[in-house]
Amino acid sequence: MAAKLEFLGRIPYFSDLGPSELESVRKLIFEKTADRAEALLLEGESPEHLYFVASGVVKVFKTSAEGKEQILSIVRPGESFNDVAVLDGGPNPAGARAMGPVLLFGIKKNDMAMLLRHHPSIALNVVRVLAAMARRLIALVEDLSFRHVIGRVARILLEHAGGEMGGGPRLTQQEMAAMAGTAREVVGRSLKALEEEGVIKLDRHRIVIVDKEALQSIMEVPS
Amino acid sequence: MFESPVIDTHKCDGCGLCVSVCHLDGLAVVAGLVAVVGEVECDWCADCEIVCPTGAISCPFEIIILER
Repeated sequence: MAAKLEFLGRIPYFSDLGPSELESVRKLIFEKTADRAEALLLEGESPEHLYFVASGVVKVFKTSAEGKEQILSIVRPGESFNDVAVLDGGPNPAGARAMGPVLLFGIKKNDMAMLLRHHPSIALNVVRVLAAMARRLIALVEDLSFRHVIGRVARILLEHAGGEMGGGPRLTQQEMAAMAGTAREVVGRSLKALEEEGVIKLDRHRIVIVDKEALQSIMEVPS
Repeated sequence: MFESPVIDTHKCDGCGLCVSVCHLDGLAVVAGLVAVVGEVECDWCADCEIVCPTGAISCPFEIIILER
């Protein structure tokens, strides 16, 4: 129980709370476990609970009509998900899935509302968490809306490619994102799009450029 | 020899998040640091890289041009 209290105290929602306030939070928390790939939230459903990740990792994502997935956030221990829907009462804006075995601490929507009414310090913490979330999503929207990232990814691939026997430098998606001035998630999406167009092939640890001319054309589209 | 994710032991804090998401059970925390232990070839899903909070594990791609 002490370990749980200590963990709750490290969650941004409940930081800087006194022992009695933390104890009142603890009484409202329930535990939930899930296995790898288990769906934790479905987009569009009505939310009942807010979750905090106690161990493991959860992926929050949107899915297009064609089944394409855009990761919105990776939720690690101490972080929360389904905040927006629980706080505004609307449907879940995104889906969530366990990336491995996870232990979650959940709280009912009504209990969270009660905490916010009676503990201004929690309300202030929640405002900070939501502001940080909005800042992160604004950056992602900027990337997805205004930047022709796929052209930059095409350029990076061409500039760092070795011959058929390899020999070029190895690049992670994170490094490509830093070079393109975008988020890792956007690079992943660009690579998938290039593969769907038949321009490249993702082959385990290799990115094989199968149509160099097509990749050059994509690169030359103005940003 | 199998290709494996690259681990920077100076950055690894042994949190084990990468271990929990590896669907091939290819990673383990050994003596406080993550290590590749699996006998199945890594499929380069890069989930370990995505979840690592310190950037200690990565799945770098070799980029090659297929000459036609």
